[in-house]
Amino acid sequence: MDWYPLYNSLRIGAISAVLVFFAGIFAAYYIARVPRVVKGILDVILTLPLVLPPTVVGYLLLCLLGPKRIVGSWVLATFGVKLTMTWWSAIFATTVVIFPLMYRTARGAFESFDETLADAGRTLGLSNTYIFWRIRMPYCRQGILAGVVLAFARALGEYGATSMIAGYTPGRTATISTTVYQLWRTNDDGLAMKWVMVNIAISAVVLLTVNLLERRGGRRAAGR
Amino acid sequence: MALSVQIQKRLGSFLLDVSFETEGEVLALLGASGCGKSMTLKCIAGIETPDSGRIVLGGRTLFDSERHINLSPQKRRVGYLFQQYALFPNMTVEQNVAAGLHSLSKEERHRIVAEKLRTFRLEGTEKLRPHQLSGGQQQRVALARILASEPEVLLLDEPFAALDSYLKWQLELELMDLLKEFPGDVVFVSHQRDEVYRLCQTVCVLTAGRSDAKEPVQSLFEAPGTVSSALLSGCKNYTRIRRLDHHLVECLDWGVTLETASEVPEQATFVGARAHYLRPSGEDKNSVACRVSRVVEDVFSTIIMLETPGGVQGRSLLRMELPKGAWAALGSPSSLNVTIAPEHVMVLTGEAD
Repeated sequence: MDWYPLYNSLRIGAISAVLVFFAGIFAAYYIARVPRVVKGILDVILTLPLVLPPTVVGYLLLCLLGPKRIVGSWVLATFGVKLTMTWWSAIFATTVVIFPLMYRTARGAFESFDETLADAGRTLGLSNTYIFWRIRMPYCRQGILAGVVLAFARALGEYGATSMIAGYTPGRTATISTTVYQLWRTNDDGLAMKWVMVNIAISAVVLLTVNLLERRGGRRAAGR
Repeated sequence: MALSVQIQKRLGSFLLDVSFETEGEVLALLGASGCGKSMTLKCIAGIETPDSGRIVLGGRTLFDSERHINLSPQKRRVGYLFQQYALFPNMTVEQNVAAGLHSLSKEERHRIVAEKLRTFRLEGTEKLRPHQLSGGQQQRVALARILASEPEVLLLDEPFAALDSYLKWQLELELMDLLKEFPGDVVFVSHQRDEVYRLCQTVCVLTAGRSDAKEPVQSLFEAPGTVSSALLSGCKNYTRIRRLDHHLVECLDWGVTLETASEVPEQATFVGARAHYLRPSGEDKNSVACRVSRVVEDVFSTIIMLETPGGVQGRSLLRMELPKGAWAALGSPSSLNVTIAPEHVMVLTGEAD
């Protein structure tokens, strides 16, 4: 059995989870501070990928990144790099699809933060950066970690947009989800089932992690 | 270290308009909840920004709307004790106290933290987290943390609001000692007249966002000046008046005429009398004939609600408090005469809410 799809899925998931970790936290932190109308609009735009069909996301991404489209053609002309049909093309797809998950969990976590802690830090002379990383983030740790893990799990499961932008090339762009589809199409039931099992196992572990994190978070809050 | 505050801030229909100055004292901002006390402290600390005005601390301008000065909270050197103490839950006691010291060397930091922990009797709790501490310990950690950062002024936001009465008294005694030690000025926010009287030297009454002139605490309780001050200082009996003479008023709500020891100014609108100073009496001066409408037994005294027959319906209630024995000795009468001695009639200005 060729394990490349597992390796490829894990690295795509991990890289996009790291990307949305920063992007999601950044968005959640700053959008909480803009005027209400702007907040409402941005909120809709940023959450949209969560409810759109992945094929629609994939289509929109191709409209942007395809070799003949605006961004794709510019990158091709300037750097000689094609943005689609490589293993890392899938990162564009997964990042866009999982961003809302991270953004919304981070926002929920930040909303539960007691702002007087930040005020107290400022009157004690602590810098805003210090307060953010040493007080706000630890306080919201459980929620944010749960968001990252959930986003990672969703990235592993991404199929629609990934298959449109990265396609399926065995040993190059194949991920678990695209491999399962391909194996089913070619009537290789035995191997397809193996991959299905691998996928279920990973997802179960991830969800267990999320639950453990949430329970620990609940206990800590109760002890406070 | 003098603090001078003169600020305005509009919040919807609410207008905060506060001005006061401190010169080496513990000043109380006394007012009912929602009158803008905490907002005032937040403006001083730089957490909120006033619309206009000036805040000067020890010669340093912290805020000046005309000169566009608005120092960040980090640069103000203002110690703020929050109602719930705002200890950092993810840090130990030690780390909390050291929070404001991270520009110092490691040794210096250790020395100061150890010293503060000793002063506040927190030895042995160094490695504990805030949620493992009692309410009293939490407050001491918060104070230790603030004092370690050497602020020039202390702002205390209802420090006893979250405590039960036994613990409250303990902490009040501790705070009394601390306030004596602290070299800078202190602004103490409270809606509790008793604690203000015990802990502060001067008081500034806040009514619906507006501050009265600062006065010594004793004078607030002896001669409150305005109706709102009188009510905040715990005065239970007050009535609208018509001024008859320099020392004579007609009490419109009670339907009686009273003599006053202090001079009645032209702008006087009310008089008040404390429940403790009402006494059952014979036919002497300032005697009011009353009907007993209700008797309530309190812990150490008896509260007698009286009605003056000549007064305005619903506003002619008087409250008298007597030691338990004194009331029992009267043999629970259904009507009696009550004296309000002229020196206990407080002449007030302003409007009641």
